[in-house]
Amino acid sequence: MYKTFAEVKLALKEGATVESIVQHYLTEIENRKSLNAFLEVFTEDVLAQAKEVDAKIKAGTAGKLAGMVVGLKDNICYKDHKVSASSRILEGFESIYSATVVQRLLDEDAVIIGRLNCDEFAMGSSNETSYYGPVRNAINEEYVPGGSSGGSASALAAGLCTVTLGSDTGGSIRQPAAFTGTVGLKPTYGRVSRFGLIAYASSFDQIGPFTNNVEDAALVMNVISGEDEYDSTSSSKPVEDYTNISFEGKKKFAVIKDAIQMDGLDPEIRAAFNAQVEALKAEGHVVEEVSFPYLDVMVPTYYVITTAEASSNLSRFDGVHFGYRSEDAKGVEATYKQSRTEGFGAEVKRRIMSGTFVLSNEYYDSYYTKAQKVRRVIQDKTNEILANYDFIILPTTASTAFKLNSVTDQIQMYLQDIFTVQANLAGNPAISVPAGTHSNGLPFGIQIMADHYKEKELLACAEHLMKK
Amino acid sequence: MNINEELVDHIAHLARLSFEGEAKDAIIADMKKITDFMDKLNAVDTDNVEPLIFMSDEINRLREDVPAQTVTHEEALRNAPKKDSDYFRIPKVLDK
Repeated sequence: MYKTFAEVKLALKEGATVESIVQHYLTEIENRKSLNAFLEVFTEDVLAQAKEVDAKIKAGTAGKLAGMVVGLKDNICYKDHKVSASSRILEGFESIYSATVVQRLLDEDAVIIGRLNCDEFAMGSSNETSYYGPVRNAINEEYVPGGSSGGSASALAAGLCTVTLGSDTGGSIRQPAAFTGTVGLKPTYGRVSRFGLIAYASSFDQIGPFTNNVEDAALVMNVISGEDEYDSTSSSKPVEDYTNISFEGKKKFAVIKDAIQMDGLDPEIRAAFNAQVEALKAEGHVVEEVSFPYLDVMVPTYYVITTAEASSNLSRFDGVHFGYRSEDAKGVEATYKQSRTEGFGAEVKRRIMSGTFVLSNEYYDSYYTKAQKVRRVIQDKTNEILANYDFIILPTTASTAFKLNSVTDQIQMYLQDIFTVQANLAGNPAISVPAGTHSNGLPFGIQIMADHYKEKELLACAEHLMKK
Repeated sequence: MNINEELVDHIAHLARLSFEGEAKDAIIADMKKITDFMDKLNAVDTDNVEPLIFMSDEINRLREDVPAQTVTHEEALRNAPKKDSDYFRIPKVLDK
């Protein structure tokens, strides 16, 4: 079992080949088929790639990530490979280019083993909206892995690859990381190029890694971060070396009082969190409660703006240029309507309808503009807290993973994001690291949020918390 | 928010989706719940607050206008559900 890149490198040093490491993962994938984590395994392709990397290692020309075996969420494009966003509407679609993140990983000799199931168009918190069926949690298969990057989380937790990539629009990396006992990082908005990520909500989406330790998250971030001429929202700020981290001196932590006092917070998760707080205080750090009176409006704000952006982004699926076309449609308008109605699942249609509603002439100001104003209020308040504190810490989720098909009310499902969505609304980087195991046997996480572009400080703090 | 059939039909048309029978009943019920949820925003005082529109602090990313072919004709047509050698094909617009 290779849980980390350090274990892979040690094996390579002791004479293993990348091909043998890939073979190991292929066997594990076969053993854990019931998870439904992989939509497709690129078996031939990844073995060919592995042989090439082995040759480069022999020749002494291998890149930094030689031996790393990566799984991609099924909304990240890889040239000449299928990608579907777990939707019927993109069944059979093959990408004609690679996402910038994929190209950068390949350039450093990582190999891509397959594509991972997710909620349809990354819309969901349990990985139950996929057209290709739900993903099961690797820790206990009766439970969901979280979502929307559920396949990425469960595959990593099961040891089916070294690292995986996911995308996070409201918590879609951090919540499944917490549910599967893995590390999940959402970078600052703009730190990682979104070119080649199938868009859900463009002012929220960020690609980030799932890993089994902080070091691997740092290694991946060193490679995938940075300016990209194909994404004009990618930041031109230089990328720091995220592997060169140290957690020194006394830090100031803010705890959002309103979240910790929330009724729905699981008592065991609260107790473990409070124990972490006491441990930090015992080390001499300052941990203080702050007020953040917007907890109740964060998810509604997120919902108005993301659905608006989704309704616009998903208008490109028209049944004409690519993807699914309804067989019986006559004429152009019926082709659009029937193809979209048959091609999209229920949750995606709900969000397109909500987004079209808030953008419609009569309701634009009262919903869409209003939500953009509340978003600024939330960002201003977040900035104000982080002007006085190094980090905001919270439990990643209010509960552990739930059983498949047990949350049927959409609003309850949307509230899964209650602690994670602040980072997407305000654009901040945030990470979830494992924080313990509940008496029900399932893991839970602690989330750290930092000021914009402070990934290095965030990773250092995450490493410190994980060591404890 | 009063979500009725007429409004849902109008929004569905704008979104190029259609809902019939049970699916329509379900979307009306869902949109009622969702708009009630979104109405929570009214609790926040946003007088004198400018909407937050751009999340990136990058401005005017200009570049030289250099012609380049990034997608070939063949690649553009590759995933089309129906095509001929040059064009996307759609169903007949006029029946005889």
